[in-house]
Amino acid sequence: MAQPPPPPPPPSRAQTFSTPGRGSSPSRRLGNVRGAAGPPSPPGRRARPPAPGAGRLSGAAREELRRRLLGLIEGHRVVIFSKTYCPHSTRVKELFSSLGVDCNILELDQVDEGAGVQEALSEITSQRTVPSVFVNRVHVGGCDHTFQAHQSGLLQQLLQQDPAYDYDLIVIGGGSGGLSCAQEAAVLGRKVMVLDFVVPSPRGTAWGLGGTCVNVGCIPKKLMHQAALLGQALTDSRKFGWEYSQQVRHSWATMTEAIQSHIGSLSWGHRLALREKAVTYVNSYGEFVEHHKVKATNEKGQEALYTAAKFVIATGERPRYLGIPGDREYCITSDDLFSLPYCPGATLVVGASYVALECAGFLAGLGLEVTVMVRSVLLRGFDQEMAEKVGASMQQLGVRFLCKFVPVEVQQLERGLPGRLKVVAKSTEGTETIEGIYNTVLLAIGRDSCTKKLGLEKIGVNVSEKTGKIPVNDEEQTSVPYVYAVGDVLEGKPQLTPVAVQAGKLLARRLFGGRSEKVYHTLFWPLEWTVAGRDNNTCYAKIICNKLDNVRHVVGSGHALILKCRFYRVPSPGCHHGCGHALLQEWLHLRNCCLCSSIGSSSSCVQFILRWRQHSPVFRTHF
Amino acid sequence: MWVAGVSACWGTRAHPRPSQGRVWLWDRPGTWAASLVAPPGWSRSFLLTPPHPCRPAVLRPPGDRRRIRRPGLRQGSRPAGEEGGRAGLRGAFPPRHQVGPWRHLRERRLHPQETDAPGGPAGGMIRDAPHYGWGVAQAPHSWATLADAVQNHVKSLNWGHRVQLQDRKVKYFNVKASFVDTHTVCGVSKGGEETLLSAEHIVIATGGRPRYPTHIEGALEYGITSDDLFWLKESPGKTLVVGASYVALECAGLLTGLGLDTTVMIRSVPLRAFDQQMASLVTEHMAGHGTRILRGCAPEKVEKLPGQQLRVTWVDLTSDRKDAGTFDTVLWAIGRVPETASLNLEKAGVHTNPVTGKILVDAQETTSVPHIYAIGDVAEGRPELTPTAIMAGRLLAQRLSGWTSDLMDYSSVPTTVFTPLEYGCVGLSEEAAVARHGEEHVEVYHAFYKPLEFTVPQRDASQCYIKMVCLREPPQLVLGLHFLGPNAGEVIQGFALGIKCGASYQQLMRTVGIHPTCAEEVAKLRISKRSGLDPTVTGC
Repeated sequence: MAQPPPPPPPPSRAQTFSTPGRGSSPSRRLGNVRGAAGPPSPPGRRARPPAPGAGRLSGAAREELRRRLLGLIEGHRVVIFSKTYCPHSTRVKELFSSLGVDCNILELDQVDEGAGVQEALSEITSQRTVPSVFVNRVHVGGCDHTFQAHQSGLLQQLLQQDPAYDYDLIVIGGGSGGLSCAQEAAVLGRKVMVLDFVVPSPRGTAWGLGGTCVNVGCIPKKLMHQAALLGQALTDSRKFGWEYSQQVRHSWATMTEAIQSHIGSLSWGHRLALREKAVTYVNSYGEFVEHHKVKATNEKGQEALYTAAKFVIATGERPRYLGIPGDREYCITSDDLFSLPYCPGATLVVGASYVALECAGFLAGLGLEVTVMVRSVLLRGFDQEMAEKVGASMQQLGVRFLCKFVPVEVQQLERGLPGRLKVVAKSTEGTETIEGIYNTVLLAIGRDSCTKKLGLEKIGVNVSEKTGKIPVNDEEQTSVPYVYAVGDVLEGKPQLTPVAVQAGKLLARRLFGGRSEKVYHTLFWPLEWTVAGRDNNTCYAKIICNKLDNVRHVVGSGHALILKCRFYRVPSPGCHHGCGHALLQEWLHLRNCCLCSSIGSSSSCVQFILRWRQHSPVFRTHF
Repeated sequence: MWVAGVSACWGTRAHPRPSQGRVWLWDRPGTWAASLVAPPGWSRSFLLTPPHPCRPAVLRPPGDRRRIRRPGLRQGSRPAGEEGGRAGLRGAFPPRHQVGPWRHLRERRLHPQETDAPGGPAGGMIRDAPHYGWGVAQAPHSWATLADAVQNHVKSLNWGHRVQLQDRKVKYFNVKASFVDTHTVCGVSKGGEETLLSAEHIVIATGGRPRYPTHIEGALEYGITSDDLFWLKESPGKTLVVGASYVALECAGLLTGLGLDTTVMIRSVPLRAFDQQMASLVTEHMAGHGTRILRGCAPEKVEKLPGQQLRVTWVDLTSDRKDAGTFDTVLWAIGRVPETASLNLEKAGVHTNPVTGKILVDAQETTSVPHIYAIGDVAEGRPELTPTAIMAGRLLAQRLSGWTSDLMDYSSVPTTVFTPLEYGCVGLSEEAAVARHGEEHVEVYHAFYKPLEFTVPQRDASQCYIKMVCLREPPQLVLGLHFLGPNAGEVIQGFALGIKCGASYQQLMRTVGIHPTCAEEVAKLRISKRSGLDPTVTGC
């Protein structure tokens, strides 16, 4: 159930990674070959390694190659790296073929990046020679080791090992990115689990499903902003003729209650959506314990282990603390502000990020006395002229700015809701120190990604030491091929909800048969050539499919359907090589019968055929 | 009279108003409020004659045929747009003569409508405020305060325009003009003095005025139009708005928002020429928020009752039943007539459409006489919108001065109807798209969404709706975008650029939204009408 059905045994030629045909294949690059062989990979997205066979790859290219190799090894039952002329390799291949085991073979002398692959392999296995055999992700070794393993029964044991996992995908983190990815994967028919657990803030605030955006980010912020705008509108409305005499006051409790009830409904909506899509939701803290396995710990400390073929890390970020005396004890962050049970009163906002300025803005708009303490510049990363204008407008609104100061100590003067806090700050330029008394101190100095306690080091996922974020390639893949990451936890990507949502969705589609082009190809021998005994190795056809359309079934005369679609929207019947191959077979068969009658049904059809003609010489005789 | 930097622009303020002293127009070219400084009942016009850079415009006093060089001449060769741009004015031709009563136009839309519309929305905001924690009770509204504030602002704008004309050395004549021959116009001042003026190029930009249903008894005597509404000293009270145009719905919406009992009488369909699904949602929302809507009815008679009130008799066109009601004010918003009657166009040989009275123009804005141009509402087949008139005038001035040969592109002009729930659109309506491309080639994506700020006060969002009309063929070119919800104008303006640039549905789907806003829902449109799936947006 968890695993996709194994591909039907394709013709032996298609079983090897290298394309046969003495250099007549359109491309000998590993990327294309992989695309033909099964694992999803949109073509054309990777940089081509510098020089074929140079053996000296740049750091990034080597890393990329390593990742792809691991992907190959992960994705197949038996992988043999060999060379066509090596007698040991031939023996190994014969062994597997005598065992009746399908194996995937990469002929290193047939691919452009052969030398690079060999280098990367030696890094992974510390074996430089070919053949190099992997069975169910275990490196068996070279020719001798394989035969020894065969004799000792180890090979059979390895082959019989069931790689089935509990889930196709486990998503760690139930925020915008994680949920969208989980739901999309479930829509695509996968068994998916979401692990979401909110570690309470130092002030004890925790919340439900939905992540930062819904609970302590965009949504409550925009609603509080709206509350502040209404205050301004009330002032303005007198000028527009509305008459009311009483002094207007604002009730913090009414506002937070209304906002929290809206958030509650959103969070509930997310749970409902997960249930509808049959995504398993577990309110536990996920942590890797070994490859493909996580430990989930719930509130009560009960532990459970789950395994999955693929993982997505979407744990996001939490606000940073200053690391000064009194910060965790007395200060709050944006995590606490939106559900604060009391009005914060006179507030010091520390920081100059957009979070800081937005919070300061709406607190001032609600009529509170607000001070912002800025270390260097406002809104770093934004246009500075605009940032200064924003600051100036806030000043006009009554927000006080303390520039070039950083807090060094927070002391509690009085307990209460809110209490009274004394903040000591020192200048960043001189030795000057200032003190101020506030009811609330809100820290908004940045956010740290939640990657420390995920056990990532146990499975070897690289984490940037400086930022704690996870570097990924263009496909959101981490340094461990089956682990992906989306959202704020990514290094060098925009930290915005819609970006995470989109990225999560696209990731799921890429992983489980969503949008991306896929090329199916074959060499074939036209029927009319068989009698004439013409060369059977020159006719080549390929179909470029958009996998998003794979929900459409190709029924009956498949080619007619193909011809009705535009070239780039050719539906593929599934993401498996075999199916694409079968489609191609059917197409090639039918082309003899009735292709001509389908022509002319639409202009796009002509376009399609023209493209086909470019690719496949055989059709020239028919059109 | 609206002028956008053309070699000679002129206009007239038409006939004295029959019932109200105030001369005041809607949001259109030709609406600017020279009337503010004029005594009631006076017709007015002004004439602007910035000279052509090559050929001086000439001004001939009556009887004097001698050519007079105009002061603006010497600056005529300065790059167009340079100075106009600096001053923020639209017309850029002969910069020093740049003219800008354009801003007055805003007084209609931005002030009596938008500034005033907050009168409406502000009412809604006051209703929302308690939910957001503000302790405030529903307040009464003072018409006088609002009218004063609006009029003060308008006056300041008027003054600004006069100053700008002066700065740019545009000669301004407060006269009512008519053609004498193809190059000469005669201006009559309020004192009856005549001035003959001649120019190389003449631009007619006299705009339009609201139409009175003169066949209805009492319409002229007792009714008012949008020209008068915002100059009323007193609240209009219980109001009947007759018409289905956006003017009618906007006025009715804002009056309802101010807490007045308002009825709209619609003969056939609301917002003709707009997307009809959107139009019916607009009226549905208005009906749901207190505006009474009488569909399929036509007024027959307006009588004055002893107590200053007006009794209106109307007929229900479907059942032929007559009905009557009592109102404090009757507002006609049944369309506008172009101001061409008193221009003596036949003397210049300028052709008009005999049915509409509008001036026939080509893509260059040229009338049947090659050196006479018409722009704005007075020209046949042009959208009656301020910004299009401004841009057309600016481009015309630039072409006349030889700085550009660009024509005004009247396709994909965005606009917004400021009903209580605002309706913004750009491009084709669904009906127009289907008529043009055929139903099988059109894909409509749509969504009912809930603006975030509606959630806390639990406001009804059942009419908040977006639809995008696209071609079905990939990459699915966007033909039209329709948005019903808060700040529709702000939303549509941005997308208008994309649609003007030929955006496709696929490109829009690759556009990342701004969270949490209403505009992001446009970038999230996934459900097509053809699919038959529920278009209600759920989740965040």
